[in-house]
Amino acid sequence: MTAETVLFFIVAACAIASAVLMVMQRNPVMSAIFLIGNFFTIAFLYLILQAQLLAVLQIVVYTGAIMVLVVFVIMLLNLGDEKKLTERFDIKKVLGVILVFGFLLEMLYLFGISEETRVYAGLNPKAVAVGTVESMGKAMFSTYLFPFEITGLLLLASIVGAVVLAKRRL
Amino acid sequence: MSISFQDVIATGPITVVSIVALVVLIVETIRDKTELLTCWISITGLVLAMIVAFTSIENTGTAYSGMVNTGGYANFFAVVFCIAGLLSTMLSKSYIQKENIEHGEYYFLLLLAVVGMMLMAAAADLIIFFLGLELMSVTFYVMAGFVRKRQASNEAALKYFLLGAFATGFLLYGIALLYGSTGTTNIESIISRADILPPNTTFLIGLGLLLIGLAFKVAAVPFHMWVPDVYEGSPTTVSGFMSTGGKAAAFSALLLIFAPKLVNLVGPIQEVLAVLSALSMIVGNVIAISQTSIKRMLAYSSIAHAGYLLTGVVAANASGTKGILFYLIAYTVMNIGAFGVLSTFESKDRQNLTFDDYAGLSSKKPVLAGLMALFMFSLSGIPPFAGFFGKYYVFVGAVEAGYTWLAIVGVLMSVVSVYYYLRLVVLMYFKEQAVISEPTVSSLGLTALVISGVAVVELGIFPSTVLNIIANFF
Amino acid sequence: MLEQYVPIGIMMLFAVAFGIVLVNINRWIGPRRPSTEKLSTYESGMEPVRTARERFSVKFYLVAMLFIVFDLEIVFLYPWAVVFRELETAGIVGMGVFLIVLSIGFLYEWKKGAMDWH
Repeated sequence: MTAETVLFFIVAACAIASAVLMVMQRNPVMSAIFLIGNFFTIAFLYLILQAQLLAVLQIVVYTGAIMVLVVFVIMLLNLGDEKKLTERFDIKKVLGVILVFGFLLEMLYLFGISEETRVYAGLNPKAVAVGTVESMGKAMFSTYLFPFEITGLLLLASIVGAVVLAKRRL
Repeated sequence: MSISFQDVIATGPITVVSIVALVVLIVETIRDKTELLTCWISITGLVLAMIVAFTSIENTGTAYSGMVNTGGYANFFAVVFCIAGLLSTMLSKSYIQKENIEHGEYYFLLLLAVVGMMLMAAAADLIIFFLGLELMSVTFYVMAGFVRKRQASNEAALKYFLLGAFATGFLLYGIALLYGSTGTTNIESIISRADILPPNTTFLIGLGLLLIGLAFKVAAVPFHMWVPDVYEGSPTTVSGFMSTGGKAAAFSALLLIFAPKLVNLVGPIQEVLAVLSALSMIVGNVIAISQTSIKRMLAYSSIAHAGYLLTGVVAANASGTKGILFYLIAYTVMNIGAFGVLSTFESKDRQNLTFDDYAGLSSKKPVLAGLMALFMFSLSGIPPFAGFFGKYYVFVGAVEAGYTWLAIVGVLMSVVSVYYYLRLVVLMYFKEQAVISEPTVSSLGLTALVISGVAVVELGIFPSTVLNIIANFF
Repeated sequence: MLEQYVPIGIMMLFAVAFGIVLVNINRWIGPRRPSTEKLSTYESGMEPVRTARERFSVKFYLVAMLFIVFDLEIVFLYPWAVVFRELETAGIVGMGVFLIVLSIGFLYEWKKGAMDWH
């Protein structure tokens, strides 16, 4: 086992632990804090995979912007008394849990057991080259220029949408 | 240097509508009274885009380094979306005035939705498909909640957004798995690699997840739960636009990705599609019978129509595909027309009119009643109107592909649908009890209704005009 | 390969340590002599302890939404800036169009008063 593999398992364990802790919290603010931890560990995983840009985006966009929104939503919803949120038995929930575990097993099978994906022979140097900021920047302004401009339109639509829905007077 | 002027010209319709949308937003930003101006700018822009799309329909190829297709199929759908956008814009004018929500943003969002739809139909790459879908969905979420003071509208926006975002998650996961198993996001390469790949679970799961996302957008059972509430709560003209343009866009993408070649190659997908189709037809039609609100009836009927259309995808042959394209254009004009007539009778405090509200309409408003009857006949698929030929080709395709049982279900369910469509006609013509409020219809809205009515008749009597154009694509 | 990130890791450790130190330094080195007088509530004040879960105005939400959109815009500038010299005109035109589109959005929200509080 190389140092990287050891590091991977440590970070992956942290990621899973923070995700589980996030779901288990009763206090939404605590959940949000564990979510931040989860985002950071995932950024770390991207770094291990040599996807630098993705790691940076993960921190800037998710840990920065998305978390702001999560906190604002917690404030907006004003979840006063956590104790009132008691769970009741519901057949739909049971079905949901079964589906989730079914999906988990499926993914485990796919990525862990099935022949197609089991062999891991280190990072492919080509894949490493793709993840750098330079190659992403170049791709974004050559092959993927058109999708990039469309992203601009999508962001514009969301600006107008936010103003239309939340502004008192238009 | 990869951006070239040719690309901008080749994707003419998309360029035109995007620029017009930006112009509308600029006008809205710098001027005060913009309602009339923005409306006319959008109408002009959509007409212009339609002309551009129509004239460049022969120039098939790709643009922007193989990201989008141009001409042919893409331009055919661009014309369909422009028609949907144009009719909705014209019908919206008096409706949003009545609802007191007349803002330039409405037209801006509508135009951006059209851009999103065009991108979906023109996608040569899953990235473009996804961006187009998101552009369309984001604008729809906002438009559904455009009547900000009405609770039903807020509810519609929220429901649509939450469920839509969830469906998008599935779709994106599917795209990721497809990319993982084939190593490309180019749709054509994915389809051709499906041939040479060994039996591959990742690929199949990816396709399945993608299908879930798309089935949500076309409102196929069991991913239809959002439809009645969203269509009921949204502004009526927006419901009309969502149910036609949105459905046509989703089907255009469905036909691109689940192309006949792929469906024939990957057996299980065909079976799954057949089940979705049959369920949509049965559930949509049966529940539509028991509705009292006409808007909800049209919502369930839209689920049923998704079922008929899916039959064509299952068939995966020339007649099926031809049928879908014809059906979509017919459905666009007749359903926008039906929602348009509804929108003229609604007022700020009289929403969701029931069947009984329309009793005896023919003696009071013969023109509107006549048009509504026309749209109802066409929706139920009675012969000399547009709806009939769509259904006919789709079912012929299913029979040719060996899915006779599906065609039989479709025909039976069409018979069921005649009951609730014609109930409205019977009430309008053979019952004396005029209670409905005075309709407000601008000359612009009336023009749109008449255009839809004429198109329904024209397509029904001379279907070959459209069928000849369609035949060139395949 | 990960050795390259060691300096960043060290810097992050320092950042975390610095934060912890700043928050606690008062408690560690400041003298503390509590008395009843000091710990009691300010006499004409209200009960100082109550729930922090106040209902916030939807205006905050609008600000957050707009922040996210422009944050995403800035994220796109980062890879662009890194390869700016190699891109030449394509980069300027491509980013120019993107920025113009979003500037229209910025002007729109400014003019509509989305950034005014009242």
